[in-house]
Amino acid sequence: MKTDDLINMLSTNVEPVDRGQLRRSLGLAVALGAGGALVTALLTLGVRPDLHEPGALAFLGLKLAFTAGIVLMASLLLTRLARPGGERRTRPILALLPFAAIVLLAGLSLANAPSTHWEAMIVGDMWLECLVSIPTIAIVPFAVIVWAVRRFAAPTDLARTGAFAGLAAGGVSAMGYALHCMDDSLPFIALWYGGTIVLCTVAGALLGPRLLRW
Amino acid sequence: MIANEAELRALMTAGLNGDAAAHRALLDRLSRHLRAYYKNKLARIGRSADEAEDLVQDALMAIHTRRHTYNPGELFTPWVHAITRYKLIDHLRHTKAAMTNVPIEDAADFEAQDDHAGAESALDINRLLARLPEKMRRAIRHVKIDGLSVAETAARCGMSESAVKVSVHRGLKAMAAAIAQGRTT
Repeated sequence: MKTDDLINMLSTNVEPVDRGQLRRSLGLAVALGAGGALVTALLTLGVRPDLHEPGALAFLGLKLAFTAGIVLMASLLLTRLARPGGERRTRPILALLPFAAIVLLAGLSLANAPSTHWEAMIVGDMWLECLVSIPTIAIVPFAVIVWAVRRFAAPTDLARTGAFAGLAAGGVSAMGYALHCMDDSLPFIALWYGGTIVLCTVAGALLGPRLLRW
Repeated sequence: MIANEAELRALMTAGLNGDAAAHRALLDRLSRHLRAYYKNKLARIGRSADEAEDLVQDALMAIHTRRHTYNPGELFTPWVHAITRYKLIDHLRHTKAAMTNVPIEDAADFEAQDDHAGAESALDINRLLARLPEKMRRAIRHVKIDGLSVAETAARCGMSESAVKVSVHRGLKAMAAAIAQGRTT
């Protein structure tokens, strides 16, 4: 094929381009992923039975704030990385803010508790369930976000883009899991929520170069 | 290339608004830059210059089908350069080249050379089209190759106008993907 023929073809009947498409479709993908995670968590695990208690409600709010903060940062960075050269304009350090906040709170709560309580606060009752559930629930949101990136975006740093897709997926998954989880301690949230979300991020970074090629 | 920023950006913006002549001028100009860039880079690592034209077409296709990812509020040259470099790295990585760390060079490297006469890739447009589903193939043939309007094509194929537009759009994307795949196999 002659390059001039290709140019001819591409510049015949050019349609105006919808500039909001990228942002909109990525936002929609994260929202759909969140919906998927919510439905999965509700159908397979169910809502915690003690929600009428103020303490339980407060911890649910805290878990949702932490995970929503992650989802927000991840979506913001993902939208930038979705454009060619976007990796030169992003500060991935922003994504650490919610993690830094929860680790700080966890440290304070440990410092204020007798050391005999530490093990119970850190390990909780359902750490294994948390460790398994969050990455598992994240699979569907991750697939939706990756699909949207492949289809609408043009990332030029695939590992980093994959990492933030994984972070967003881990974040929405943890939001869904939070509705079920009855382990109410800050160190538990920092370690098991934070840790599994980091796991999702690492998985995304490893899968990115394979899945996001264009 | 930096010197061309304002000019290329104006062409890009007009093209995004549906100005076909501006879009053609843009792709034409970019193709010269791309050719010089890829020939230079491939030569520097001892690879055949024949691969350059495949890369030029792959990059042009990518620039066209992903042009909605350009944010008009930002500089155009870094956007196009990021695509150019990405396509080179992807090419080297998937053709098992030893060198995969192409330096982020000065944009000054990215200068035009006028040796495009008859530039041709090993790709065959008919073969690419043949791999598309019937609807997309017909839409692309009529709208992008024969130059019929979307309305005429819609009437001729018995499709709605928006279905024709969607078919063209998806078909071009599928072709871009096929070019990117074919380049490396």
